[in-house]
Amino acid sequence: MDFLRPAGWEEALAAKAEHPAAVPIAGGTDVMVEINFDHRRPEYLMDLNRVGDLYEWEVGEDAVRLGACVPYARIMEHLRAELPGLALASHTVASPQIRNRGGVGGNLGTASPAGDAHPALLAAGAEVEAESVRGARRIPIDAFYTGVKRNALAPDELIRAVHVKKADGPQQYSKVGTRNAMVIAVCAFGLALHPETRTVRTGIGSAAPTPVRARAAEEFLNAALEEGGLWDNGKAVVPSLAQRFADLCAAACDPIDDVRGTAGYRRHAVGVMARRTLTWTWESYRGARRTTEGAA
Amino acid sequence: MRIDFTVNGRPREADDVWEGESLLYVLRERLGLPGSKNACEQGECGSCTVRLDGVPVCSCLVAAGQVQGREVVTVEGLADLAGQRSRGAVARPGEDTGLSPLQQAFLDAGAVQCGFCTPGLLVAADEMLERHPDPSDADIREALSGNLCRCTGYEKIMDAVRLAAARRAERG
Ligand SMILES: Cc1cc2nc3c(=O)[nH]c(=O)nc-3n(C[C@H](O)[C@H](O)[C@H](O)COP(=O)(O)OP(=O)(O)OC[C@H]3O[C@@H](n4cnc5c(N)ncnc54)[C@H](O)[C@@H]3O)c2cc1C
Ligand code: FES
Ligand code: FES
Repeated sequence: MDFLRPAGWEEALAAKAEHPAAVPIAGGTDVMVEINFDHRRPEYLMDLNRVGDLYEWEVGEDAVRLGACVPYARIMEHLRAELPGLALASHTVASPQIRNRGGVGGNLGTASPAGDAHPALLAAGAEVEAESVRGARRIPIDAFYTGVKRNALAPDELIRAVHVKKADGPQQYSKVGTRNAMVIAVCAFGLALHPETRTVRTGIGSAAPTPVRARAAEEFLNAALEEGGLWDNGKAVVPSLAQRFADLCAAACDPIDDVRGTAGYRRHAVGVMARRTLTWTWESYRGARRTTEGAA
Repeated sequence: MRIDFTVNGRPREADDVWEGESLLYVLRERLGLPGSKNACEQGECGSCTVRLDGVPVCSCLVAAGQVQGREVVTVEGLADLAGQRSRGAVARPGEDTGLSPLQQAFLDAGAVQCGFCTPGLLVAADEMLERHPDPSDADIREALSGNLCRCTGYEKIMDAVRLAAARRAERG
């Protein structure tokens, strides 16, 4: 094994081009487990810790450009207002020690259906900035997950940053597990209200071969909210509407039975989380509307 | 490969390090610092917790090559670190500072049974007390949520951290 230590981004791209089989290591919280247990013996390990700009983020007009290696702990601390869904999801990852090292770039690199960043990114709307010596491109998050632990990166590409849309409304993240800390999701659900475009977006984790959106549920809810004039009149989402949305979210799952839970349980739990997160975010939207209108 | 880094304030070097080796292995097997414990090697138990450039991490998940030129503090360095904090100065080389106040509190509160989890808990709790000198129970639980103990049931550990914070407040 060889240990590559690029001192900057260009050097990292050159090294990856020369050794496409090189395994990047950021926080190491996935890679080192595999090496410690002999599940992986890469020819080259490529340390990203020295590539400083991967640890930075910029808050732009519409989106946050989040460096690939920014640890979850930083996201929780500094980006709660701009990226509430991702900050909530980050807080559910493992433990403080893991959150101090691991980040979204590594979560995307692993592309596990159980990764906690994914439902939040799907719900918020995001693009992955991938680059190689051949050039840079933006991969829409919906096109990034290509199979179980597979993603759209080419062998010579690295993730430089993730562009996540800034929240324009309430967001929630919900995760089912056996306890509060150190739990890989049995299943998870992210939901974001986008009042500016009058749309709702979702993300489902651990209940299909890849992280997925519940598109039919989104379309149904978008139409129902529009039809009832709910974005304007600020009325409550009636239980039958929430239930129909929940059923459609459960139907979007394609889960398996495994040690963490059965397929049936996962489908049920996703429905419950969908209903709850919709209620929480919608109530918070109505509350905010009342305050702004009251103040106006 | 060869790794040069700082451990508990002293420059150290490790030779013939395998590229896939963890920081935990280097500390225990190459530098003779067995304080950090190896229990799971997969980030689940926290007994290998050290500080890397000040931040608590699982040393079993840090590749040795990643610590080149960086600073690590292990449980063996906690007494020196506490000494530096209280004197605001660097400890004199060779000075035997014994136990840190937090380590003493763990003993006094009966928070140590088999002791396997203790080094990791000490490093994590010590860092938390730097950030929250007067921690709530929620602060303590959150900071220690990545450290497993199979013996104590955690209550005595909570007591120990509260005791250390209270003693520090008394001393001012
Ligand atoms: C005890 C424990 C508990 C965990 N709990 C959770 C949990 O609750 N939720 C969760 O989502 N995850 C969990 N994980 C998994 C892991 O912490 C996350 O997936 C984390 O986001 C990985 O980030 P990292 O920086 O440590 O990645 P690394 O291990 O460094 O890398 C992961 C993968 O991504 C690739 N990679 C990294 N950076 C880049 C880049 N810039 N470009 C291209 N490829 C890249 C690597 O080559 C590797 O294949 C847990 C892990 C452990 C050990
Ligand atoms: S040995 Fe590192 S967390 Fe258990
Ligand atoms: S004292 Fe034995 S594991 Fe904690």
